[in-house]
Amino acid sequence: MSTTSLSSPPAAVGTPSVTDRLLTWLPTPVFQVLHGTGSTLLLLARTLRHVPSLPRQFGRFIEQCHLIGYTTMPIVGILSFFIGSVLALQSGHAGENVGYKQFIGALVGLTMARELGPVMAAVLLAGRVGSAIAAELASMKVYQEVDALETMNIPPERMLVLPRIAAVLTMMPVLTIMADLVGWFGGAIVSQYTHFISIEPASYFANLRQYMDFGDVLNGLIKAEVFGLTVVLVCCNIGLNTRGGPREIGASVTRAVVTSLILILVLDFFVTKALM
Amino acid sequence: MPAANSTSPLPGAAPAVGVTVEGLSKRFGTFEVLRGVSFTVQPGEIFVLMGPSGSGKSVLLKHLVGLERPSAGQTTVAGLDGADPTTRERVRMALVFQAGALFNSLSVYDNLALYPREHRLGDEAAIRDRVMRALQILSLENAAHKFPAELSGGMKKRVAIARALVMEPQLLLYDEPTSELDPVMSATITEIIATLRQRYQVTSIVVSHDRDLALAIADRVGILMGGELIFLGPPADLRQPTDPRVADFLNPRIDLEHPRFKHLET
Repeated sequence: MSTTSLSSPPAAVGTPSVTDRLLTWLPTPVFQVLHGTGSTLLLLARTLRHVPSLPRQFGRFIEQCHLIGYTTMPIVGILSFFIGSVLALQSGHAGENVGYKQFIGALVGLTMARELGPVMAAVLLAGRVGSAIAAELASMKVYQEVDALETMNIPPERMLVLPRIAAVLTMMPVLTIMADLVGWFGGAIVSQYTHFISIEPASYFANLRQYMDFGDVLNGLIKAEVFGLTVVLVCCNIGLNTRGGPREIGASVTRAVVTSLILILVLDFFVTKALM
Repeated sequence: MPAANSTSPLPGAAPAVGVTVEGLSKRFGTFEVLRGVSFTVQPGEIFVLMGPSGSGKSVLLKHLVGLERPSAGQTTVAGLDGADPTTRERVRMALVFQAGALFNSLSVYDNLALYPREHRLGDEAAIRDRVMRALQILSLENAAHKFPAELSGGMKKRVAIARALVMEPQLLLYDEPTSELDPVMSATITEIIATLRQRYQVTSIVVSHDRDLALAIADRVGILMGGELIFLGPPADLRQPTDPRVADFLNPRIDLEHPRFKHLET
């Protein structure tokens, strides 16, 4: 059988487009940042199209709330307690001579609510939940489970991304408020029992209430939502774009966590500035 | 061609569909995997696509279900563009992946129930009937509550076929369905493919390098080599191939004096 009679002459396959040629001139790190940003925003747009189907994903939403919220609470609690304690200890020690130790309540309260509560909750989310999301989705991609979903006409964004985004937006405020409260109590206990501070909890909390209002807590909650959404989107996107084998799954997890941590701190600056 | 004495199709199944591949080319970077491949598959036909590893068979299959986009040329399924995502919404296509691609976090039952649940094809009782019927067809009722990690290679392939069957497909694509299986299990899978076509008139495209499978059940066979289709015809023509490349692929001579691995490209 003749070869030429079966295969038509190869067509002009892929002359690179102007965009392709332009992209090849970009330095690799710049290309990676642009590509990562673009693909993450596209993933968000594709996921938002499926919002009306969220009630059908209720079971998965609850499952993700459990994983993202409930199982992360103990570590958020432990860390926040000691961060609040250390804040009180350091400021008490530094303020002993200057004479501002009566303001420890306000200092710990504001720092936890506006900054450390949301940031620490997001950092723990990236390390504990983001890594798990990236690993799960990357292995689903590598072992063709994502391709199987697509051939079954089930959009991966609807089944895998949407419940996680809904869950993180629901649970981040809970985690952040918990971090704030535990941090405040950590500060109060240290302030009471440290000999060079010795401030009664009543004075500590009176001072906290005097210099804080709900706006400060809300400020932290807005930040927490931005960080949580970013971490979940970045980790889902990196996981779903993994190609290769077990080594690439590991590399994706590392990249997802590192990218999330960098973005949390970069976004922290810009969101803080925007909310001032 | 499909057997005339077939029984009724799956309840709710739509008629089988035809497939065309026209001048299909695919390039990954500078590497051209497919070069101007053209063929048609008739509704209800079993078409077996053979070829050595790396010849582009699986890539071609992915073009049919829209998982890859052509660099040039076109694929159509039931006259609709295979690269268009909406084609998957209008034609029920199922791909049985080489490694099964079962959802490891779900039981066999839930793997099969995922499609009807996500597409809301009835209440839980109707879905249970549908899933159990697919499991019965492949004699898998006792594996319903097992997880993929607990299954043997042959059972995974059968579950993957059952999961495809739950979709009541008009086009069923198999990617290396008999690879990594013992000869008896390979024969079993071959019988399943032929039985499903015979009973449900589903168009079947099988990517394989299993010569026995092709000779036993194919209506027509295509052989891909180096990204080009070098043979297209009925399996009977494979018994006396005129192209030396086809002859060498189907009946490779083991030559210990001049082993071919010494001449392979890296």
